[in-house]
Parts: sequence; C-alpha cells; structure tokens
Amino acid sequence: MNRFAELLDRLTYEQSRNNKLRLMTDYFRRIEDPERGFALAALTGSLSFQHAKAGMIRALIAERTDPVLFALSYDYVGDLSETVALMWPIDPSQRPNATPSLAEVVETLSTLGKAQLPARLARWLDVLDETGRWALLKLVTGGLRVGVSARLAKTAAAALGDKDVHDIEVLWPGLIPPYTDLFAWLEGRTEKPAPRHAVPFRPAMLAHALEETDLAGLAPADFIAEWKWDGTRVQAVAADDGPEKMQARLYSRTGEDISKSFPDLIESLRLPGAIDGELLILREGRVQSFNVLQQRLNRKTVTGKLLEEFPAHLRAYDLLVDGDEDLRERPFAERRTRLEAFVKRLNDPRVDLSPLIPFTTWDELIAARADPASAGAGPDADAVEGVMLKRRDAPYVPGRPKGPWWKWKRDPMIADAVLMYAQRGHGKRSSFYSDYTFGVWTAGENGDELVPVGKAYFGFTDQELREIDRFVRRNTVDRFGPVREVVHEADQGLVLEVAFEGLARSTRHKSGLAMRFPRINRLRWDKPPREADRLETLEKMLQSIEQRAGRQNQMELVVK
Amino acid sequence: MRPEDILVPTPSGVCCKRGDFHIDPTRPVDRALITHGHSDHARAGHGAVLATQETLDLMRLRYGENFAGTTQAVRYGETLTLGGATVSFHPAGHVLGSAQIRVECGDLRVVASGDYKDRPDPTCAPFELVPCDVFITEATFGLPVFRHHDAEGEIAKLLRSVALFPERAHLVGAYSLGKAQRVIALLRRAGYNAPIYLHGAMDSITRYYQSRGIELGELRLVRGTDKAALAGTITICPPTAMKDLWARRFPDPVAAFASGWMRVRARARQGGIELPLVISDHADWDGLTATITATGASEIWVTHGQEDALVHWSQSRGLKAQPLDIVGYGDEDDEEAVAEATESDAE
Repeated sequence: MNRFAELLDRLTYEQSRNNKLRLMTDYFRRIEDPERGFALAALTGSLSFQHAKAGMIRALIAERTDPVLFALSYDYVGDLSETVALMWPIDPSQRPNATPSLAEVVETLSTLGKAQLPARLARWLDVLDETGRWALLKLVTGGLRVGVSARLAKTAAAALGDKDVHDIEVLWPGLIPPYTDLFAWLEGRTEKPAPRHAVPFRPAMLAHALEETDLAGLAPADFIAEWKWDGTRVQAVAADDGPEKMQARLYSRTGEDISKSFPDLIESLRLPGAIDGELLILREGRVQSFNVLQQRLNRKTVTGKLLEEFPAHLRAYDLLVDGDEDLRERPFAERRTRLEAFVKRLNDPRVDLSPLIPFTTWDELIAARADPASAGAGPDADAVEGVMLKRRDAPYVPGRPKGPWWKWKRDPMIADAVLMYAQRGHGKRSSFYSDYTFGVWTAGENGDELVPVGKAYFGFTDQELREIDRFVRRNTVDRFGPVREVVHEADQGLVLEVAFEGLARSTRHKSGLAMRFPRINRLRWDKPPREADRLETLEKMLQSIEQRAGRQNQMELVVK
Repeated sequence: MRPEDILVPTPSGVCCKRGDFHIDPTRPVDRALITHGHSDHARAGHGAVLATQETLDLMRLRYGENFAGTTQAVRYGETLTLGGATVSFHPAGHVLGSAQIRVECGDLRVVASGDYKDRPDPTCAPFELVPCDVFITEATFGLPVFRHHDAEGEIAKLLRSVALFPERAHLVGAYSLGKAQRVIALLRRAGYNAPIYLHGAMDSITRYYQSRGIELGELRLVRGTDKAALAGTITICPPTAMKDLWARRFPDPVAAFASGWMRVRARARQGGIELPLVISDHADWDGLTATITATGASEIWVTHGQEDALVHWSQSRGLKAQPLDIVGYGDEDDEEAVAEATESDAE
C-alpha cells in the first residue's frame, strides 16, 4: 500500500503528462504482480468492490475527534479523505510495523461484508502513515482523482512493452484485474491475450471547439454538419453471441459500461454493429432537456417506473462497425451512408438518425446555428447545444485530433450581476472562496435591492480566482459557516459578467428564475454595482425564450 | 482587575491604555511595541518603537533609516516600566529577534505571543514558556490537520530529489525573513556543503543573519550565473519568483516550497508546487494547544489564522476564549512575497 500511496502522492503534484507517464511506467516496471495489476485497476477505475460511503468515513472520524474541529478542518481542507488522513489520531507507540499491501486491501474489500468494513478500515488507518491513509481512503471511496485518466494509465502500461495504447484498449474489456496476462505480454514473456470480449468499446473520437473566425480557413464543401444534441455521448455495441442470441453493451464516452442502467435501450440493439450516438430522453417523440436526462442518469436503481417516465433513446451520429466489418478507416461520408442504411434496417423507435443540416455557405450554417428551430430541428431546438462539423473524408480516429471534427456551440446569454455570497471550494480550489452566488437589482420595499439569480463556480482563471478570493476576504460583512456574505451595495461590491445557456422559471429561487450552466465570463472591476443588470432584463430574456417555444407548439398544432 | 483594563483589542492591534502603547499596530501610532520583523506585524511610520535589537535592525533593512521617530532596543528578559505597566520581551522562536511581550499590571499578567513556534530552529533563540493569566496567541495553523513533522525529514526529502535529478535546478520558495535562513542552516546541518544560490531579494536579510553569527556556509547570488552551471544546485527564492520570468534562467527547475501550508495538498497544487516541504515557523496544532495549556492562562485571546477552531478547543477545555478581529495580520504571505518579487526585479 505504501508504494502505491507514494505513486499517487507524486502523481497529484506532477503537472506534466510525460512525467506522469514516467512515474507510472516506472512503477509498473519496479513493482511485482499482482500489486501493480491492482494499481492499474485502481488508476483505470476498474475495481468493482462495494465502495465505502462518505458517511461511513465521517462516522469513523466522528468517533475519534471533536465534531466542531472536524467540521472546521474539512471546510478548510476541502477533501474528506485528506482531512481524515491528516486528522486521524495516532498513538505512535501502538503502531505495528506491518502495513497491508494493495493486493491485500483490494482482495479483502471484495470479500468483506458491509458490517465488518468500518472496523477493518479503522485498523488499516491505524497502521498507515498520512500518505497511506489518504491513498487508502481515496481507494475505498472510489475517487482517486490524481489527474490521471484511464487512458493515460493504460498508455503508461503500454510503454512497458513499447506497445500502442490502442492495442490495450481493444483487449481491455476482456481483461480482469490484476492483469497478470497483460503484463506478461507487455514484458514479452507470453503471447498477446486473446480478446475475449465480443462487444468491446472503441475509443471515442472527439471534436475541437470552433470559433467563428476559424471558418474563414475552412471550405464548406469539405464538411457535413449535424446538430450537437444536449444529451450524453454513448457507444452502443452489439454482436452475435451464439445462434439466435445477441450480446449488447452501452458504453459511456470514456468506455465505462453503463448497460445495466439502460435495459430499455439494450433491448433495441438487435443488429451487430457499433453506433456512436447521443443518449437522450424522448417523450412523445420530443427530446427532453438535459435536466430530465440527468434525473435518470443520477438514479442508481432502475425501476419500471423510471423506465416508463424516462424512456431512453439513441440518436445515431456515426457507425464504427457494421456486422463484423470495422468501418473506422472509411471516410465519414461513407460511414454516414452506411449508418443511414443500418438505422433503417434496425427499424426501432428507440434508435433514430441525427439529421444533417443542409448548407452550402457558412452564412447558411451560421443562420441555422442561430435558429435551429427553423433549420430543421423544429420542436427539439431547445435540446440543440450547437452544431457539429465533420470532414467528409475523415476516418474515425480515437482521441481529439485537430481538424477533422469541430463543435460549435450556440452563443451563451450574458448578464452583469453582483457578487453576494462566496463559499469555499473543494478539491483543487479548497481554501479559496470559489463558489459565488450573485444577484441582480429589483425594486424592494426599501428601494432597490439585490436578489440572487444563480451560483457559479467556474469560468475564471486561477489569477482571477486569487483576485476574487482576496476581494471576498477583505469585504466580508457576515459569515454563515463556510459561506461569507460579501459587501454588495450600490457603490461597493464586485460586478461579475455571467454567461449562461438558458433561463427557466423556478419556484425555488426568490427571483423566480434559474440560470442554466452559469459561469463567470469576466470580472467587471470597472463597473459600479448600481450599473449591474436588473431582474426585469432577465425576465425579458425568459419571455422571449418562452415565446419562441410557444410559437413552435402552435406550429405543431397547425401541422397536425 | 480585568484583562480589558490592561489591554484592549482594537481593529488596528492590541492597545495598552495604562502604558500608552500598542502591540504590533497595523496603523501608525505614537508608541509601538513590535514582536518581530515580518511586515504584517512591523510597520513603518510609528512615533516611537520598542523592540529587540534584531527586530529594529530588520525593520531598518526593510523600511530604511527613518522607519520610526525614535527607537529603543530591549533585551530578552529585561523589565521596563511604561506608565502603569511593566513589560518584558521573551524569545518566541519564530524568526531572529522574535519576541513574546509580557505586560503586567497589578497582579495580572498578559502575554502577547506575536507569532511563535515551539520547535528547534538553528537561526533563532528557542521559544520560552512565559506563565501568564491571559495568553494572546496566534492561530495560523490552528486546525488539527496541521501537524508538522521534523523539518530535518523534509530537508532529507529535498536532498533526495536533488540527487535524483542532477540535471535540474531546485528552486525552494521561502519567505525571505526567517524561513530562507532556516532552510539554509538546516541544509548545512544535513551535511550539504555546496554553494547555495540566493534570489536578490534574500540577499540583505541573509547577510544580516550571517553578521549575527549564524553559520550559513557559502552563498552566491543567482544573478549572472550561467544556466548550465545551475544544474544540480539549490536556490532559495521568494515563492512568487518561481512563477516569474526570473525562473526561466534555471534548467528545468523543480518547484519546491517550504511552508506549513504544504501540509494541505490543494494548497501545494494551487501554487504549482512539485515538491512540497512542510517546514513552518509557526506552531502547529499540537504546539498551539500544548503551549496554551502550559502557560496556565485561564483566558485565551486568538489574534489571527484559524481562530474559530482554537477558540472552540480552549472553551471545551474550560478556558475563557475569544477571537480578536484584528484586520491585517496573516495576509503577510501574499503581500510580502509580492513586495519581494518587485524589489527583486532590479536584477
């Protein structure tokens, strides 16, 4: 455990990708089986034991420390595992010298009953040092967050045998921790393990963000455009598994198997192949907002009621495999034709094609992006996050190559609001005031007053974070636990330019509306708070959104 | 007599009406008693200043000859009568010349700690425990997550890294008064005999330490040194200089930072630190709580830092405790570092 803890510790401080790779490859080289295999499993998120809940860890520390001191410490450190690791009371004279290995920890965790977990965990915490305790707690709660993606960890393992990470990705779904067969192959001691998995995940291709100015250098004729739907990107894979039997899997963009959460969609994957598409919730043929999808994504247990209320739908973008033919080397235009035929053959209401946006000039595309409803998205326009541009001749390449795919999101809305409250952040931002509640002006009983309209915790640079943090500390007028009230008067305070993706009515907020996806666009040190926007301005924005939606409903009625 | 009759906390520092003086005032006053030379405690512009010789010298280095109307040096343990109060200065173990200030009126004894640490430091007099009725303590690291290990272990970590990366330069961020000299002295004690390089902002204070008989070995200024010659060396610099253009003169530098804050990962990561060294000139949680207990004080005033936790702890031990909302202490890290970086760009 100590060596694994040391690796995690160094990874958290290392910023450079290359040095992270060096650290991991060096670890895989030095450390024996099965220890290194479990480390690879931990780094790729492939361990499947029942994770300890944060509540259990809190209970353990509550038995040992003063609750007020714990709360203040946690508020300061911003990370539960780290707080507990640092605070855990130790009697050095009582510490045995035997520390558990990572393999022992993982194997114990996968067999241990839930009731025995707290006592066992406490015993391990007693024998480990601070770094060991921190790593153990990260491991058992299931969130390492050391700035290493599964792909990077696999890349480091691949480097052990001068192999391409792609080879590992292909094998991966069939491999089981502690991967002794994989390491044996990487070290040239055995043949490549046979891919046992009939329905593997293929690493996804991702797009770069496009700025309007990029268009000048691109030729419209080289590209195909389609909507970027505001759902979640998935890969749906199916293959024959013996006669009359189909095996199907649904993977997240990162290759996580999410089939169990979507049995309704799995049933629809009846043709062998691999579709790259967007997971959406459709009700009566209409795409629901991301908020609705999120309600299903958040649910751990899948009930009949959930399936009925939140029917899953796959909107297909691309076809990677058709039958047993791998199409990824083919140009996108050809894959798209194959996809159209595939979806037609499948003929399932839960799977449809993402429509293309016809255009011959960039101006036409700009117009479509500005008003998706009139450009073919119709009543689903609110679920359009932007447009995707894909080169006709581009093969499907894993990763984020620059050039073949562009994503071009819709313009956000902007408002100037006044900072009212700040709360300390967690993780990377702990101890900085990084969560901001902001408000706009409205007429109150005693003249104008600020009413909160949203909360944002990103969009600013590290330098801006420091500046706001300093402002918060020097302009605190009241404290409520971790929250500070910051001066917000007509002539005193900080104006934040907030960008957001949409507005909705809300009964939860005093202002009566809620922003979607708000973030800090700019700091307006130059602007006195009295000049910030008023609630009426946001009301108008909301009304125009509603009018647009209303117009669409009417159009539908007319068509019907 | 009540403690408030002797010392009154005000937003600009603790004021003694009977003695007609302030302790570490953050605004100019007629008469100031200064605990130590850090800029948030020792400010320029007071009428008369009473402090240890070292603190006065350090203020002069920082602010120039005319930093105060008049000055008076006091020795550790020497007793002075100021108006209706008797005062004496006692080692605080924080930096060279740092002192706790004891104020006695009638049968009531109050000790203002300034900043202090109860750990050994080869560059200053060791902390002296001063029994009192009211103890005014700092709380920079006043949370139980702050438990500093021996500084020697952290120095060993630095030396291992230097051995591991002989082709890279090691930049150790350290506050220029106290921490920088302590790190150098600890490196020497660990047997590191190679020249240690200094950022220009550290130069005058470090030379002052040497003039007071503190052995720091061979020191060189970075200025004018060839990039290749800096491979495998250790340079001490203000924390902000590591992110400055200044740092580009080093071959693939490893960013280290010697500070008690390095105990918390997020703090190290926020600063882009690769090699955090938990070396603190403040008492850690165990040090604060042990000192509070050992003074025998029945009333605790907490000046700055994580005052909530220390007040809570004191109250849970049956002590009377309150936070003092003094504006301006504890911001020193940022401001001092920034000031240093600007000074240094004369290079």
